[in-house]
Amino acid sequence: MKVSIDAERCQGHGRCFSLAPGLFDFDDLGNGVVIGDGVLSDETLELARLAQANCPEHAIFIEE
Amino acid sequence: MIDKPPVEDFATGWDHADAQWVADPYPIWDDLRGRCPVAHTDRYGGGWFPSTHAGVSQIANDTINFTSRTVIINNGRPGEDAMPAPIGVAPPISSDPPFHQIARRLILPAFAPGPINALEPRVRSLCVDLLDRLDGHEVVNGGTEYAQYIPPAVISRMLGFPEADEDLFREFVHIVIGGIDLPEQQRIEEFQPIEEYFTAQIEDHQANPRDDLTSYLLNVEVGGEKLALEHVFGTMILVLIAGIDTSWSAIGASLWHLAKSPHDLERLVNEPELMPFAIEEFLRFYAPVTMARLVKQDMEYLGCPMKEYDWILLGFPAANRDPAAFKDANRFIIDRQENRHLAFGLGIHRCAGSNLARLELRVAIEEFIKRYPRFELADPSAVTWAPGQIRGPRNLPIRILR
Ligand code: HEM
Repeated sequence: MKVSIDAERCQGHGRCFSLAPGLFDFDDLGNGVVIGDGVLSDETLELARLAQANCPEHAIFIEE
Repeated sequence: MIDKPPVEDFATGWDHADAQWVADPYPIWDDLRGRCPVAHTDRYGGGWFPSTHAGVSQIANDTINFTSRTVIINNGRPGEDAMPAPIGVAPPISSDPPFHQIARRLILPAFAPGPINALEPRVRSLCVDLLDRLDGHEVVNGGTEYAQYIPPAVISRMLGFPEADEDLFREFVHIVIGGIDLPEQQRIEEFQPIEEYFTAQIEDHQANPRDDLTSYLLNVEVGGEKLALEHVFGTMILVLIAGIDTSWSAIGASLWHLAKSPHDLERLVNEPELMPFAIEEFLRFYAPVTMARLVKQDMEYLGCPMKEYDWILLGFPAANRDPAAFKDANRFIIDRQENRHLAFGLGIHRCAGSNLARLELRVAIEEFIKRYPRFELADPSAVTWAPGQIRGPRNLPIRILR
């Protein structure tokens, strides 16, 4: 399982790194980035889903 | 204000300055969504109002058919007077691609979470000071004595303006945002003092550069060249206007909600871990900002015969109440888990100040409920709402319960 952000869609609303700071960070412009390789455990999957459900631009993708 | 008759049917003659809309727009939007999802008006020279999440999203993401050249609806004929796209008067909000991205990238680093989070202690001590000043009052005005003071103090600090000028600031904001119904000539005249003040500040910063946003804008380079002074000026004005009434309205509306919802207040006081969800629900439910676009050319769009220079009033707050996009859309759910609200817009113009706005809103509410864990509206009928595209309570008397 893996989470990723589509940088073309991300506009920097900042919902992902606020809700799941262990999984996401921000760059100099304030856009979201995935920390590390984005591989998810059962626990972090929940958090990734929460971030996904709050992204107004639908920029977060989870491969299960 | 020009005298206008009250609106009879919002589907064929909407007006966001109409008394009914100003007092309580939500039933109007619910009604429109059901029978006329893109409403029309002949006022302001002609315009359209999408009230569904789908309609608002589609137009917000369509920078081909719509321009951001003028985002505040007024009585001027935009095609003739406005500074041409793609730059516009206040980059990046009034800019279209491709210039928009250049203007936006310039300011984003200053508003990214890093620098903004660093402001938290300053915002907190500001809120604490304001509350200290109100100590012992039985009734405090959440609008004019609290919410109103927070954003100008923060913004003027960011721009590096004298703290003593904060009252002047709020006046400027009202001139621009409150003046939607004034004739064009009068608006230009009222803008004069703002122009003079900003010019003086720019000159002072040129002579004495310092570590603030104004100096940053004066010195930043694009392609090896500094920004044109009009660009610096426009962006400063934008930050002033975009950063004050907006956050102040969000703080006020959130206090208003808590004052009339004792159960939500009690939960927020006792379960601080709800705060991140509560903040987003305040923003969804009481989204204060509605922005405009102009139609670029005659076309049939969303089933409507749109004309060049027709206005589009982008109803982000209405989209946030669309049951097609939100479960129980008209219920305030303080711990709502799934919340893709559009309070900060959508697409390339996403509010550049959203990190700052959230910081101000969170800290303002945290400090208020810490000081006053129980309060209620002192006089619900005395609460007044600002007209226009930035909506929030202005007069907000709150009775403190001990
Ligand atoms: C709760 C408070 C706020 C709300 C609800 C809000 C809402 C919005 C919205 C909806 C837009 C999109 C405009 C459009 O699509 O035409 C926007 C843009 C913008 N906002 Fe905010 N705003 C708030 C606070 C702030 C603050 C505090 C600042 C800065 C200090 C700010 C600066 C900006 C800027 C610079 C833009 C233009 C971005 C661009 O065009 O790329 N806003 N805001």
